[in-house]
Amino acid sequence: MKTLRTSLAIGLIVASAVPVRAASAPPPGAASCSGCHAPTSQAIPNIYGRDADATRSTLLAFRNGSMPATVMTRIAKGFSEDEIGSIAAWLATQK
Amino acid sequence: MTRKNHSSRREFLRAAAAATASLALASPSLAQSPARVVVIGGGFGGASCARALRQLDPSLDVTLVTADRQYVACPFSNEVIAGDRAIEAQQFTYEKIATGGIKLVTQMAQTIDPQARTVGLADGSTLRYDRLVLSPGIDLRFDALPGYDEAAALRMPHAWKAGEQTLLLRRQLEAMDDGGVIAIVVPANPFRCPPGPYERASLIAHYLKTRKPRSKLIILDSKDAFSKQRLFQAAWQELYPGLIEWVALSQGGKVTSVDPATNMLVTDFATHQVQVANVIPPQRAGRIAEIAGVTDKSGWCPINPVSLESTQVPNIHVIGDACIAGAMPKSAFSANAQAKTCASAIVTLLSGATPTSPKLINTCYSLVAPDYGISIAGVYQPRNGLFADIEGAGGTSPLDAPRAVRAREAIYARSWFETIGAEVFG
Repeated sequence: MKTLRTSLAIGLIVASAVPVRAASAPPPGAASCSGCHAPTSQAIPNIYGRDADATRSTLLAFRNGSMPATVMTRIAKGFSEDEIGSIAAWLATQK
Repeated sequence: MTRKNHSSRREFLRAAAAATASLALASPSLAQSPARVVVIGGGFGGASCARALRQLDPSLDVTLVTADRQYVACPFSNEVIAGDRAIEAQQFTYEKIATGGIKLVTQMAQTIDPQARTVGLADGSTLRYDRLVLSPGIDLRFDALPGYDEAAALRMPHAWKAGEQTLLLRRQLEAMDDGGVIAIVVPANPFRCPPGPYERASLIAHYLKTRKPRSKLIILDSKDAFSKQRLFQAAWQELYPGLIEWVALSQGGKVTSVDPATNMLVTDFATHQVQVANVIPPQRAGRIAEIAGVTDKSGWCPINPVSLESTQVPNIHVIGDACIAGAMPKSAFSANAQAKTCASAIVTLLSGATPTSPKLINTCYSLVAPDYGISIAGVYQPRNGLFADIEGAGGTSPLDAPRAVRAREAIYARSWFETIGAEVFG
């Protein structure tokens, strides 16, 4: 939890200064998300600027299999709980 | 370098400017000019990296060197071959990239001097760099398969770089009689887009099934296993029974020579005369990588996976199909993910710090039919100098998924292409 709160704080400080995505260095794994996810995408949900807790719990549900998905169940298993927390916090700060 | 002098003492200032320039040459940090990053290659890797660099540090001096004004994307080009998609949907330009403050140079890079840190261009001019990113993609090896050279490719298209070759294969397929045989010749690993030949076979089979049902497709493979194999083979049985024959290496699938004049493909066991021969030859990193000295004996480029920097030449990073990325496949998704990791590492290195270990994701969709998608995904981190799979993560779509899941993955595949196209070029 401490990691999550710290990265949240860092994320919030950096985000306000920046007009475009990704000005704060993304935590491990997070830079890859934009290959599929975008604010404009229709079929694949936008994950940017969403509430960090919501993103975190969704990713954790993909990871433990309680929420079905096509590909995200396979991807979420590649990240620890801490890493998922950092990614969710960073995504929340992005446009 | 672009400082303007408004004084009358021109000679003095010119001398001073020259002194500053030579100081800058010796040590970029002394002159307060922004760090210079040159990116060579305008595909999914290079264009992504140029953009990511400027997003991470808008003060960077970023130059993107591309061979052409237009980029023709490979993902989804198999749909063009099968007649389900216009080539225009594959075409991208760099105009919007230029509006982001990135300098565009449309020329072939011909020489690289790693000591002086310069890139020599076709018109004789040079670009200086503090960090150089090479994203040259692949070169087709026209010396690897007897009979298959550049001239042969006009008769037996590879269609493994999208554009005119894609359209050539499309035309040959259209001109083929019902009852004709088309062969796809597949090289040994590693090569660009591991599931690509099998997606191509699937979509061509879809075309044949509806338009030329007496025809046949044969895959002559230099391997005994391939990406998403069980998913492809199950789908072929379901959708195209009897239409696709896969001949593995151990069954004599390896093509040892070709004769373009007679459309003949020769293996150790048989000779195949076919109406359409799609020959995908062995590959290596794009030529500029060899010129830079970053290729090894394999023809590909070893890198440090934390920074994507060459293990052979300092200050040169190699991303995308050209690099040796271990478990990461040579895909547009990988190139894009590596580009963003590389950009972060370069910004960190230029600040004097050390990049931390990254994690990267790859997802590759393949279409078995226009509404039937399958995928393979992976999560990777540096281990022993390569990108290694994180165990327990990744893998393919389930074998027993209902058609609704296949349909959804086909929609996701199209959505991925829209999104990545916009992120990189839009």
